[in-house]
Amino acid sequence: MSVAGPAARLHIDWTMCDGRGLCTELLPEALTRDDWGYPLAAPGRVRARADASNVPLTGAELGAAVDAVKLCPLLALRITGP
Amino acid sequence: MDDALWAFARVSGLVDMVLLTGSVLLGILTRSGRPLPALPRVSLMLLHRNISLLAVVFLVFHVAPLLLDAYARVNLVDVVVPFLGSYKAFWQGLGTVALDLMAAVVATGLLRHRLGRRTFRAVHWLSYAMWPLALAHSVGNGTDATSAPAVAAAVVLCVAVLAAAAWRVSAGFLETADARRGGARRDWGRP
Repeated sequence: MSVAGPAARLHIDWTMCDGRGLCTELLPEALTRDDWGYPLAAPGRVRARADASNVPLTGAELGAAVDAVKLCPLLALRITGP
Repeated sequence: MDDALWAFARVSGLVDMVLLTGSVLLGILTRSGRPLPALPRVSLMLLHRNISLLAVVFLVFHVAPLLLDAYARVNLVDVVVPFLGSYKAFWQGLGTVALDLMAAVVATGLLRHRLGRRTFRAVHWLSYAMWPLALAHSVGNGTDATSAPAVAAAVVLCVAVLAAAAWRVSAGFLETADARRGGARRDWGRP
């Protein structure tokens, strides 16, 4: 993450997510998967558990994040402001 | 000229049946959440989508020549309203129903983000009705449907889709099935 902070955030709607794994493929630096397949913010990406649903993205990740939003089978992703 | 249109329509129909089968198989594989050794989930999803759109193109190639072919005597109404055809109306009608279902599945697929998940999924399920209708139409209507290669192809496609459907309803279908039943931890095949 740059000194200026994240370019945007990827909001994960946990009520929709089914852990299919497409977003974790597209954003391997930003997301990992938990034991049940659900995406998690990669270690070091978020400071507090409370913010784990809004994963900070770098400018370089924005394109992949847009793809993830478009391709998510459950429509569980959204890009929000930094 | 009519012979060429007729042949083109028939070949397009056969190709479309193969594409539809590929689309259904890829859709089921995509739904499982599993990648293939050489293809990540994202690629499988895009392949499913693009093969489906290619199936639409070949459906146009299948139907449009028949509209122009004086011998086939198919008109615009027959394309969307089933069971009115002048030749093998029932079997042709099954193809018409399949076309209507495909139009609904493709339209809701393209508008998925606007319609929301429930509507998309409810309509997308019609694919499971569309495929057997399309196959029945090709077997019942096809000029060469009783020839050995055509029968063999139909059997192969049938076995493939039935096997995939059986896998679809099995307990271990989802990539995450083991873990969510309390099984061993996994590393999700990370490179």
